[in-house]
Formats: sequence, C-alpha cells, structure tokens
Amino acid sequence: MKVVLHRRYRFSASHRLHQPGWTPEENLRVYGKCANEYGHGHNYVLDVAVTGPVDPATGMVTNLADLDAFIERQVLAEFDHVYLNEQVPAFRSLVPTAENICRVLFDRLRAYPHARLQAIGLEETGSNSFEYAGESRENT
Amino acid sequence: MVYLTRKVEFSASHLYHNPAFSPEENRRIFGKCNNPHGHGHNYILEVTVAGEPDPRTGMVLDLKELKDILQREVLDRMDHRFLNYEVPELAGKIPTTETIAMTIWQLLEPRINNLGHRGQGRLHRVRLYETPDLFVDCTGKGA
Repeated sequence: MKVVLHRRYRFSASHRLHQPGWTPEENLRVYGKCANEYGHGHNYVLDVAVTGPVDPATGMVTNLADLDAFIERQVLAEFDHVYLNEQVPAFRSLVPTAENICRVLFDRLRAYPHARLQAIGLEETGSNSFEYAGESRENT
Repeated sequence: MVYLTRKVEFSASHLYHNPAFSPEENRRIFGKCNNPHGHGHNYILEVTVAGEPDPRTGMVLDLKELKDILQREVLDRMDHRFLNYEVPELAGKIPTTETIAMTIWQLLEPRINNLGHRGQGRLHRVRLYETPDLFVDCTGKGA
C-alpha cells in the first residue's frame, strides 16, 4: 500500500504577467488584464504531497512539525505578502504564472529530507488550480 | 474504467503516545497531540472504487452495498469513539491520519473486492481528511 500525505498552506502575493521582450500590445493580447503594469494579487493555496514508509514508532510518513518548518523556510517566508516579480529572484527573468510558480516551488521542495516529494498543487483562485509532479517519471 | 467515490464523515478522539519513548520524547515528537486526555476531529473519508460498469445495471457496484460496508466497517467502529481505546484494529498503534487511513484500507479492501455479482469494482483509493488542510491518500501497491 502506498501512503501519500497532503498538507495545505496559504500565502498571498501579487504578480504581473509580462514579457519584457514583447510590445505592450502583445502583452495585453496574451495576458489580458494580468499584464496591468502595477500588478495584482491572489490568495494562493499550496498543497504539498509527500510519500514514504510509515514509521511504526510514530505512525507518520513525516512529522508535520518538520514539514511545516520546512515550508515556512522554503516558501512562506519568501512568498507571503510580497510582489513576486520584484522580490523573488527566480521571477526576475521568469513570468510568475501559476505554472512557473509550481515549477519553482517543486524544485525548492524536492530537497525535503524526511520524505519524498510526490507532487504539489497550487490554487491561484477558487476556479484555477494546477498540479506539478516534476519532469521525471519517478513521481508517477 | 470508471472511478466512483463515496464520502462519509465521522467524529472521533485520539492521542499520540508511544510507551517506548520517554515523556519528554513523546512531547517533543508528538507535541500537543500527546495530551493524555486526547482531542478530536471531524474526519471526512472518501472511498474511491474503480471498475467497469455492469452493462445490465450501468453500475460499477451497488451503492447500497458500499454504503452498508462503510457503515459496518468504518462508522460503527470509529464514529464517536476514542480511537486508541475503542478500536481494536488501532490498539497499540499511533492513530495518525496515515495509520487510520491504512487501517480503513485493510478493512475495506476484502469487502469491496469480493462483492461477487453485486459489484465488480476494486478499491482504488482511501482519502482521509483529518482537517481541511491535512489529508492522506492510500492506494494499492501498483498506483
């Protein structure tokens, strides 16, 4: 039997979808109101799914205190209440769509030492959600 | 293949304590879940069965059967119980969400997979929410 533990976290951040190499008209055509030059924000919900053997001494795949501290350090401290384009270095040269945020977060979280990262989910709004499990087949 | 999911809720109390650990270790590892008086949750269980609908009935399995199995195997055992002391399948184990989900899988699999003419489905996934922000999925080995 395979056991996957999911834990949900929240952060609120602003972003702007804009490619500096494109004209304002192209940006507006592709990104619509998300290209607004002053940015806009979302309440993001991050679902972190980890897997591994359940330790019989604790009944756990991983101790939630360890996972919470790791997510706080790796994600929330840097992503919560910031302007992603300007304040998260990864997005200075990468458009912070939810897809790209997923890839950046997955790469950060795969270093979690106490269980294997299975996948992440990201809800940008109640209507838009994304899942990413890395590019290799190891997580399928 | 069609995946059918039925959802039920139960409320139960538990505590995390391993007698092999010192009191300090228990507090360090389990935090406030180590409170000896226990605490409780409203659990939400989603059970997914995979199968091909029977061409005569259009059903993967008789939902009444699934409802009865969940009532008998899960709700009658766990609803409004102190999981550590009142559920024999959890005796001596730490009743984390992982452990409860695995126990539910073991209780349900032989029942759901052996319905004979009343259903050809196979248990596909047990998803157990302890809170809206914490849940565990159990799937079979091949998943």
